[in-house]
Amino acid sequence: MSFTSGVVFLTACTIMVGIGLILIRAILGPTAYDRILAANAMGTKTVIFVALLGFMVGRPDFLDIALLYALINFVVTIAILKFTEFGRLG
Amino acid sequence: MKLGYDILTIVLLIAGSFFALTAAVGILKLPDFYTRAHPAGKSDTLAQTLIMAGLLVQTFHSDIFGFHASIKLALIVLILFITAPSATHAIIKAANVHGLKHWRKEEHDND
Repeated sequence: MSFTSGVVFLTACTIMVGIGLILIRAILGPTAYDRILAANAMGTKTVIFVALLGFMVGRPDFLDIALLYALINFVVTIAILKFTEFGRLG
Repeated sequence: MKLGYDILTIVLLIAGSFFALTAAVGILKLPDFYTRAHPAGKSDTLAQTLIMAGLLVQTFHSDIFGFHASIKLALIVLILFITAPSATHAIIKAANVHGLKHWRKEEHDND
């Protein structure tokens, strides 16, 4: 294990700590918008984590998953916003 | 040449994790929804761009991650760079239309 992969592992640990802190905000959040914002930020951090995981285990396929997750995260945020505003998705 | 790529990767990754951690602390600690949107919209985007740039440098001399991986990483950066601030903007606009009150310092001096 080289020094660079150690730094990649450290970055992944930092991302997980950040996800934990944002999760506390998602649980506490006074309004629904705080929770949606926290879920969106967690999704962005998850994309980074999946890409780092692909580099840690040495599998390039994980980048495809990260790409899909980035696209789905945006659509999910807009869908949840529309659901909280209008009470339906249609 | 390989050492230069590694040093660049390490610097970019450490800078990116610093910004990711400060964004998370900001989302947790700031007093109001509108102030919390600042780290979620800006600091987070910068953090993901720096980390992905560090990984992109790493693909230049890797045996497993070839040209395809570089293209995919660049696409992830492009997509997140467009969608993450747009989603934050949409959330803030929805909250503003809904009538969420803005935070004032004078009202919270006793907190």
